[in-house]
Amino acid sequence: MSTILPLTLTDVAVRRRGKRLLGPVNLTLGEAGLTMIIGPNGSGKTTLLRVMHGVERLSKGHVEWSVTEDAARHRQAYVFQTPIMLRRSVADNLRYPLHLLGLPKAEVETRVGRWIARIGLEERTGLQATRLSGGEKQKLAIARALIRKPDVLFLDEPCANLDGASTREIETLLQNALAEKTRIIMTTHDLGQARRLADSALFMLHGVVHEKGSAEDFFNAPKTDELQAFFRGDIIA
Amino acid sequence: MNDIYEGLVSAFWLVVTFDADLMEISLRSLQVSLTALVIASAIALPLGTFLAIRRFRYRRLVISLLNALMGLPPVVVGLIVYILLSRSGPFGVFGLLFTPTAMIIAQVVIITPLIASITHQAMRELWAEYHDLLISLNTSAWQRIKTLIWDGRRNLLTASLAGFGRAIGEVGAIMIVGGNIDNATRVLTTAIALETGKGDFALALALGFVLIALAIGINICIHWLSRTEREGRW
Repeated sequence: MSTILPLTLTDVAVRRRGKRLLGPVNLTLGEAGLTMIIGPNGSGKTTLLRVMHGVERLSKGHVEWSVTEDAARHRQAYVFQTPIMLRRSVADNLRYPLHLLGLPKAEVETRVGRWIARIGLEERTGLQATRLSGGEKQKLAIARALIRKPDVLFLDEPCANLDGASTREIETLLQNALAEKTRIIMTTHDLGQARRLADSALFMLHGVVHEKGSAEDFFNAPKTDELQAFFRGDIIA
Repeated sequence: MNDIYEGLVSAFWLVVTFDADLMEISLRSLQVSLTALVIASAIALPLGTFLAIRRFRYRRLVISLLNALMGLPPVVVGLIVYILLSRSGPFGVFGLLFTPTAMIIAQVVIITPLIASITHQAMRELWAEYHDLLISLNTSAWQRIKTLIWDGRRNLLTASLAGFGRAIGEVGAIMIVGGNIDNATRVLTTAIALETGKGDFALALALGFVLIALAIGINICIHWLSRTEREGRW
């Protein structure tokens, strides 16, 4: 099956109550790797991610995949900063997206068993997902997103407020997903994580893509004063 | 106090001797109210959930109307259903007036807005929690409704039990459309009204205690069957 990428954003803008939240953004994201979106609070990172995923209404411009919008929506997944757990067991949270796809029961159970083992929740399959710890919830949310085998995975600061061990486990999950050819686009505040994982990066400032490039150029030779200041930890107005 | 004591004693003897009349009207009460509950829930649960997740032009008006209908006077409902089902009414041809079916129809009209309104409140909160996830998963409207109803089933149980409580205790409407006919449409509430009118307070109280016991018993059974209030379950 061909991939739904590249993803192209043309002249995209989002305005709410007269305030510009994003744009104009013109951007093309290719078929492979992990693109990290960084920037200060309120710079438009999450809005950009939601626009790409198609869950944010555009005020202007358009978002295009290589396939129809409906086909693309079925082949991408999104993980929220605060994991949303269905009020069901851990296993049923994983079954849910597969039932939506209408997969046969045997296939559903095979995938669920494999992913429960991958995220190390074998002892908690019957537990209500809402009773998991923060790190476990986020791992389950990522597993629930990846269990559908999406072409593209969007993650909005998946490791925010998590400890080092949980962050490492989540990064391992993401690296495995990359190895399985899942395209990942994520936001983060953690520059260390950005350096560890990114193949390419975008710097958002005031709702626009201020700078972008391959990870090597982006982190080692930032071109704009603002990105240099951001890396130094200066406050950017 | 003497009447209450005599009522309790009478209720005890009516129950332990399986009094035929008591059994008949109790079973009819349950049959009418539970049938009305099933029909009303089948309408109100999807309706309340739909109103929670769907935005449309007159949504606020519909919700306001639903909330207002929660306070429908049963006597007025009874009167309207009576007119509709009477020989000269549009549905007179079916000959439903003064039958348990007419009582069920009246109860459905009374409890559907109540169940739908409580469902809407509960589902609105759950929808706020699930919104981004279900939108992200590209679910259809029907899939969203099914998911919310399943995951919010404990809240919906409360909504249905509230409806059942209103139905089993209702007297005004079913008195008008049922007629309180012995061996045909007499239920616990109409029998209580009749015995009170006759001045037989002990029997009226006995029937009242049976009615309360039935309502509590049904609630406990449903909670037990649905395993609410157990650790780790929703």
